[in-house]
Amino acid sequence: MSELAAVDRRIIASMQGDFPLCERPYAEVAERLGMSEEDLLQRLERLLADKVLTRFGPMFQVERMGGAFVLAALAVPEERYEEVCGLVNALPQVAHNYRREHVLNMWFVLATETQAGIAEAIERLERDTGLPVYAFPKEREFFVEMKLEARP
Amino acid sequence: MIDEVDRALIVATQGGLPLVARPYHAIAGQLGLSAEEVMRRLQALLASGVIRRIGAVPNHYAIGWTANGMTVWDVADDRVDELGERIGALDFVTHCYRRPRALPAWPYNLFAMVHGASREECAAKAGEIRELLGEACHGSDILYSTRILKKTGLRIGA
Repeated sequence: MSELAAVDRRIIASMQGDFPLCERPYAEVAERLGMSEEDLLQRLERLLADKVLTRFGPMFQVERMGGAFVLAALAVPEERYEEVCGLVNALPQVAHNYRREHVLNMWFVLATETQAGIAEAIERLERDTGLPVYAFPKEREFFVEMKLEARP
Repeated sequence: MIDEVDRALIVATQGGLPLVARPYHAIAGQLGLSAEEVMRRLQALLASGVIRRIGAVPNHYAIGWTANGMTVWDVADDRVDELGERIGALDFVTHCYRRPRALPAWPYNLFAMVHGASREECAAKAGEIRELLGEACHGSDILYSTRILKKTGLRIGA
C-alpha cells in the first residue's frame, strides 16, 4: 500500500505502544502528532477498515493470566487447503494463522485461557481435519518486540 | 493472577479499544465500573505483563513489509540459549524463541522472525544470523508467509 499517507505512517509508528491511560487518550496522542482528536479517530477508523491495522487495543500475554500460547503447524494437502483453513480458523482459540511455503504449510497460534485448553484444541483440530498437528510450544523467549514502522 | 473483573475487562477489550474520545469511560459504562477503575486495572495488567502493550497492530504487508520470513535453525543444544540471546538482540529480529524439535520432520529448535520489502532483504538478514551462529548451526530454512489466513489475536469467551 504505497499510497499510505505520511501522516498515517506517523500514526502507525507512534501508536504501537504506550497508549495513554487518561480521560482523553486520543486527544493526547493527537496533540503530540499535531492533529485534532477527531482527525486521529477518523484516520484510525479508516486504517482499521482498510485492514492496514488489524487491531487497535491491548495485546495480551495469555501465559501471565494462567493460559497458554502455542505455535502449531499442519502439513495440508493442497487440494484440501481451503477446507482445512476453514476448520482451523473456525476455532476461537486460533489467534493468528499464516500460509507458509514449506511441507508444513499452515502455521497458527493457539491462545487459550488454561493450559489444558491447548491439548483440547489440538485434539479437536486433529479430529476435524484428520491431520496430525505439530505443536511447538516456546521453551524460551529471547525477544519479542513487534514494532515495525511503515516503510516509506 | 486475574480476577473476574479483570477477565471481563479483557473480554471487553480483546476486539479493540472503542474509537471514541473517552474510550475508558465507554468500557466502564459497559461493565458497570468507574473509568478510574478501568484505567487502574489496565495499568495493573500492564505492570504484571498480562497486557504486553496497548497500541496498534499493523498488517505487515499493508505497511510495506511484504516479505515476512520465519527463519528456523538447528542449533547445538548446549549453545542455543547463549546464541538465542544474541540473535534476539539483533535489531531486525522481531521475535526469537527456542522451541522443541519434531524429529525427523522438523530438526529446528530456534525460531527468529525477520521482515523486509523483499525476500532478498530477508535472506540477507538470515545470512547475518547464520554468520552469528557459526559452527553451532547444523541446518536452517526460511519459511516465507504467503497469506495471512487469520489475525484476530486472543479471543476468550464472555
